[in-house]
Amino acid sequence: METKNLTCINCPMGCSITVKMDGGRIVSITGNTCKRGEDYAGKELTNPTRIVTTTVKVTGGQSNTVSVKTGKDIPKEKIFDCVRELKNVQVQAPVRIGDVVASDIAGTGVDVVATGNVERTGVDVAEAGNV
Amino acid sequence: MREKGNDLRGSSQSYDIVIIGGGPAGLAAAVSARESGIESILILERDKELGGILNQCIHNGFGLHTFQEELTGPEYADRFIQKVNDLKIEYRLNTMVMDISPDRRVTAMNRTDGMFVIRAGAVILAMGCRERARGALNIPGYRPAGIFSAGTAQRLVNREGYMPGREVVILGSGDIGLIMARRMTLEGAKVKAVAELMPYSGGLKRNIVQCLDDYGIPLKLSHTVVDIRGKERVEGVTLAQVDENGRPVPGTEEYYPCDTLLLSVGLIPENELSRGMGVGINPVTSGPVVNESLETNIPGVFACGNVLHVHDLVDYVSKEAAAAGRNAAAYVQSLSGESSFVRGTDSGITLEAESGVRYTVPSVIRPAYMEDSLTVRFRVGGVYRNCYVSVYFDGERVIHRMRPVMAPGEMEEIVLKKEQLLQYPSLKTVRFTVEEV
Ligand SMILES: Cc1cc2nc3c(=O)[nH]c(=O)nc-3n(C[C@H](O)[C@H](O)[C@H](O)COP(=O)(O)OP(=O)(O)OC[C@H]3O[C@@H](n4cnc5c(N)ncnc54)[C@H](O)[C@@H]3O)c2cc1C
Ligand code: SF4
Repeated sequence: METKNLTCINCPMGCSITVKMDGGRIVSITGNTCKRGEDYAGKELTNPTRIVTTTVKVTGGQSNTVSVKTGKDIPKEKIFDCVRELKNVQVQAPVRIGDVVASDIAGTGVDVVATGNVERTGVDVAEAGNV
Repeated sequence: MREKGNDLRGSSQSYDIVIIGGGPAGLAAAVSARESGIESILILERDKELGGILNQCIHNGFGLHTFQEELTGPEYADRFIQKVNDLKIEYRLNTMVMDISPDRRVTAMNRTDGMFVIRAGAVILAMGCRERARGALNIPGYRPAGIFSAGTAQRLVNREGYMPGREVVILGSGDIGLIMARRMTLEGAKVKAVAELMPYSGGLKRNIVQCLDDYGIPLKLSHTVVDIRGKERVEGVTLAQVDENGRPVPGTEEYYPCDTLLLSVGLIPENELSRGMGVGINPVTSGPVVNESLETNIPGVFACGNVLHVHDLVDYVSKEAAAAGRNAAAYVQSLSGESSFVRGTDSGITLEAESGVRYTVPSVIRPAYMEDSLTVRFRVGGVYRNCYVSVYFDGERVIHRMRPVMAPGEMEEIVLKKEQLLQYPSLKTVRFTVEEV
């Protein structure tokens, strides 16, 4: 029997999880404080996934870049493909949080969405609000 | 709404609550003060947008507690900015607060209004923190180009789309350093090592897994930079192991060619303004000494967020700031006779941090002014496994809580109940301590 030690990344508790495996089959999962830890451990040993965050280029905006994330976690081995594909993506301002900037990234079936707002150049951005 | 809100010139303007800083702390404080019934609120922010440091923290991991979803920094900030707009709370951007007087006159400056003074019924300090300067580094020799603080690198990469270097060594394993190790790797750089002076990391465990382990970046605990090579630009750094006293161990030196050294050697609360007005500072946190209401030694002046003590989780910042907003509202309402919030001259119960607990926030409790429960936040000074956090009311142990793991990088909290404190009318001190099994 094989023993794997993991740290759950689902919340800041960072529980140390011990997984006992027998020929690729999970026999027991211990050390997690909640159910999410169990799910994480199972997935981490069979199909590890991560949410990817980066930036893409913006044209005609008050900022040259906007921050983005994958709408869902994608397989870990696709992270670099995802970031590489996004290097070639350019979006036109204005950009709003939640706008899809690329779909089916790196063949994962997952969309990439903006996590920031960028106004068009020339639009006056208020120096004061709600006055 | 204020008719002449736009014109801050002249010293006649006054607001019930003025909030210094429009990061997550300032925003949450403003929202809760408004929800507690205060109409006249002004947020002053020196940056060109609200949201504070979150705007450059594009990674996910914010808001797990507050929104039960995993947001990125800008998304988390946006939730609060929307609330501020929905509630029509006034704010000024590109506005630098220069001085606050003990009688709560706030001097600030921007391009539109020039220099102006605002009288504040209450002030909430929410200026956040800044990174320790590289002067904190004890390395002799040249200071070539290519040495950046991790936060500066984060701003360059995430906000300006500029990569500071290709081959990187990071000194310090605080969260910003860990996050930047991953970020620069994704952007095509080779991060060769993260060196940490202490025998444990200062960052969250989840960041060590997701940012270093995922990419095979070595974390060298009990290591430091002993030499930087390069005159114009960094050409390489030498790392060495350190002994228990933090002194390099001869013979352990290892040379790493690189063009960039990132420093993630800690954050310090930004308290120049607070000091200037005479706010008492706790030497351990470098933040104001506060009571249960998060009020400083100056009546009507409150503090929350990273200016009070460095937080690793923004959720806790938002909660703490909401309490400061409610308390500031109660203070203002007491001045107008609307509430019974009176700052007692009674000194209250002292909170003491002992054996393993480095500090507590707050450090004084006056049960009479306390809400039904009070979250006391603290950090421990080392890594503890299967230990208890114990709380003593004078000689009596009243709380004894098992913690599987505690580390300096992760803030702890214990909730005290007002009911419980009121049962001890002559209580002088509440002691927080770590106890082994
Ligand atoms: C790199 C990094 C990574 C992080 N990662 C995470 C994470 O994954 N998950 C998580 O939950 N938390 C994370 N945090 C923590 C969280 O972001 C902070 O705790 C939080 O932003 C602190 O909020 P604040 O409002 O106190 O300070 P800040 O966000 O720093 O805001 C302070 C504001 O005050 C303004 N200000 C300062 N002085 C003046 C002045 N004189 N006049 C006018 N304005 C002024 C500043 O411009 C700034 O906008 C991270 C923090 C950092 C730095
Ligand atoms: S097991 Fe649950 S409590 Fe522990 S780190 Fe994972 S999500 Fe958090």
